[in-house]
Amino acid sequence: MTDLLGNYKLVLGLEIHIHVNTKQKMFCGCDANIYDAEPNTHTCPTCLGLPGALPVPNYEAVKKTQLLGLATDCQLNTNSKFDRKHYFYPDLSKGYQISQYKEPLCEHGKIVLSSGRIAEIERIHLEEDTAKSKHENGKTLIDFNKGGMPLMELVTTPCFSNIDDAVEFAKMVRDLARYLNISEADMEKGQMRIEPNISLRTAEMERLDELPPYKVEIKNINSFRFMEKAVKCEIVRQRGILETGLTPEQQNRGYDENKNVTVAQRSKEEAHDYRYFPEPDIPPMIFSEQYIEDIKKQLPELPAELAVRLATKYQLKETQIFELIKSENKDLVQKLEELASHNLDPVKVANLLLNKLEYRNLSTEAFIQQYNKDNETMDDADMLTQAVKKILAANTEIVDQYKNGKESVLNFLLGQVMRETKGKANPEITMQLIKELI
Amino acid sequence: MHNKNLNELTIVESLTLLKEGKISSVELTKACLDQIDKYDNKIKAYITVTRDLALEQAQTADAQIQQLGINAWDSQPLLGIPYSCKDNFSTKGIETTASSNILKGYIPPYESTVTQKLKDAGAILLGKTNMDAFAHGSSTETSDFFTTKNPWNVSTTPGGSSGGTAAAVAANMCIFGIGSETAGSIRGPAAWCGITGLKPSYGRVSRYGVIAMASSTDSPGPLAKTAQDCALIANIIAGKDNLDATTADSPVENYLHSTDHYSLKTLKIGIPKQYINIELEDGVRTKIEDTIAFLKDYGVTFKELDMLDTKYSIAVYTILQRSEVSSNLARLDGIRYGQTRDSFGTEARNRMMLGAYTLSAGYYDAYYAKAQKVRTLIIEDFAKAFKEVDLILAPTMPNLAPKVGISESSPLFGELADVLQEPSSIAGLPAVAVPCGTYNGLPVSIQFIGPRLSEELVLAAGIEYQKINTHHLNFPDLERTTNV
Repeated sequence: MTDLLGNYKLVLGLEIHIHVNTKQKMFCGCDANIYDAEPNTHTCPTCLGLPGALPVPNYEAVKKTQLLGLATDCQLNTNSKFDRKHYFYPDLSKGYQISQYKEPLCEHGKIVLSSGRIAEIERIHLEEDTAKSKHENGKTLIDFNKGGMPLMELVTTPCFSNIDDAVEFAKMVRDLARYLNISEADMEKGQMRIEPNISLRTAEMERLDELPPYKVEIKNINSFRFMEKAVKCEIVRQRGILETGLTPEQQNRGYDENKNVTVAQRSKEEAHDYRYFPEPDIPPMIFSEQYIEDIKKQLPELPAELAVRLATKYQLKETQIFELIKSENKDLVQKLEELASHNLDPVKVANLLLNKLEYRNLSTEAFIQQYNKDNETMDDADMLTQAVKKILAANTEIVDQYKNGKESVLNFLLGQVMRETKGKANPEITMQLIKELI
Repeated sequence: MHNKNLNELTIVESLTLLKEGKISSVELTKACLDQIDKYDNKIKAYITVTRDLALEQAQTADAQIQQLGINAWDSQPLLGIPYSCKDNFSTKGIETTASSNILKGYIPPYESTVTQKLKDAGAILLGKTNMDAFAHGSSTETSDFFTTKNPWNVSTTPGGSSGGTAAAVAANMCIFGIGSETAGSIRGPAAWCGITGLKPSYGRVSRYGVIAMASSTDSPGPLAKTAQDCALIANIIAGKDNLDATTADSPVENYLHSTDHYSLKTLKIGIPKQYINIELEDGVRTKIEDTIAFLKDYGVTFKELDMLDTKYSIAVYTILQRSEVSSNLARLDGIRYGQTRDSFGTEARNRMMLGAYTLSAGYYDAYYAKAQKVRTLIIEDFAKAFKEVDLILAPTMPNLAPKVGISESSPLFGELADVLQEPSSIAGLPAVAVPCGTYNGLPVSIQFIGPRLSEELVLAAGIEYQKINTHHLNFPDLERTTNV
């Protein structure tokens, strides 16, 4: 990356859009499970923007957005409201998008990255998605299924100075969204989109904490890999311009993954005046302290907190913890805790749950039974290893015979270990261990 | 009642005769349709007449009455009663244009909450009435189709924007009508057409399905022959609607019984100086003074109020309304609905331009944000007044119905005509406008304005007022007025 940047420093911020997985759309009663649906089958007067139809906010989406806000250390605003953002586009049925401008639901959050660096979140707000245009045979078709879908937008400050941090952050946001059951955040389905904004500055500007006089936003990126590639080729492009003494134009660009280039979309200079004003069809939202306290209670243990607990309470190994804090392994953690409460060794249980799929579906009772039976055959690696080592040490001559090519002596050694462990050792594993340790 | 033609009946009278089996809904509906046939070519109140549908519904109503007898009205309090509806209410399967060319041919696939509630209550839609296009006006002259004439004098305007509905009620071309008010659009035409209009509190009646003019003030409401009829309609259409987030949660009283709870004699009524000491047309001033004197004799206690100058409301209203209009009409972008944006009329274009300007970056704070602050002051001004008095009485319109053509000669004609209604509209307050006499053959009207959600109170005042005089019983002699 340093090669790409030359003498320049990267200034990178992210806007992340995530579909909230509510049952209904953001402002109407339409079924929000639009994925793979026939075009224009999930529509109604409100999301089609028919004259006279009115929006009614979906408070499930509001709450889920606030949940992400809490999970990312945001401040939840007790007063929030929706605003109208006006622009003209065929996929925008009302000529305005209902979004949030001045009083977003969440503000001033952060996520601590694995490097210890802090990613700063400026705001998380809620809005409605636009419909989808499809260009076909010189005609434009519009599918309004996506129009009015609940969409949360998370905006960071330009806090990233390298791509890896930004990618890690985006992945953490995706994982959090899944973990909190806010969204499946499947980028292929368009449930999560990333828009990096990129500019370059000199080391001197970085020292003075001075931002470049421009920024370029890359719209609608739908994979982490493309995000990385798009940012990289944008760095090269901007550096080229800067090195000729010019300043790149402030604009929106799109990433062409086939050609691996970014392409100008529209200049911010001629960008729209969105004529924001408070959405008069929706009363302002006022959240009581009690309400916010209640959401806090709904916030489950977050992955970082879980990791600490798994380490301190159960002394699990780092690799086990890494696997267990993944959102798809929530059930395993629950099982582990249940089993540990029955005085089973947590490390062993974690091992079984993570590595032996057949254990996952066992009931607690069945698990315990199976676990005890296995212990009788003693596959405990440490104890078995000790037994094998002991036998090998006591039979150095026989070991030498083996080393000289007499493989049949292995059975003798196995027999010794079986005697030593009173027949509890698993013969297969023991044989393997003997071979390894000789 | 006996010497009236059926179409001249009030709702209450119609229901009595229907319940007694003396008339049928088909007869009542036909009488209204006949009146439309006879006079609407002169009055031009209706854009669309849904004759066949209306007769079909009337037959169904009669069948239900036949079957259930008096019980038929238990679940359908307006069963068999024909009405007219302003053309900005979405009616499923029936063209809805808001009197605009850009929506010509638009047939909504859904029903507004108000018309749905009326349908559920058994009311019969006769047709859709003319209005200023998108309700932008106070005369119906900005309708993209034609101008409605005042049944009292066809050379004058019926007022607007619900002018078609008001004219249809005054000309007895329906039993009652439905309109909507943003600032004066119910009360104004009710005043000039000599009928009764209820402008409900903002949020008391659902806006769902009403083509929006100014979302923060639009209030659908009834125009009828009596305050009692208005109460009956309000009973049906008022209330929380899950499809309109701005509707109020508070329960709906039975407005028909409002006079059981309030009496003009025990209420303290305020008269703001700022609503009287303005340029009132001579005939209006005479009638208003007569009315105040009459009410004093009756035993009403009056108190003079000192309120904010109405000019602030005009400024605030003009900015907020234009801003919201520019946003609300953005959906008519020429891509859907079959027409291009060329078909927007001059008034709509002017308002969109002005609204886009007041919302644009750099001007928002100077105009929109400031107007919202002043709006708060106006709301507080009313709150202060209602600590001193129960109700406010004021002239409804400062002048008599002017000659057709008036709006072309004054771009802010509507705002000046609506000066006595804009403050209470901005504050979201309810008001009832009732006729208080005629002058030179044209009606004059007073309004009772109450605190927010005090529909019961303002309706009680209107109903009681109509118990002690007969102004509301005067209707134009169409034979004479249309024969010119």
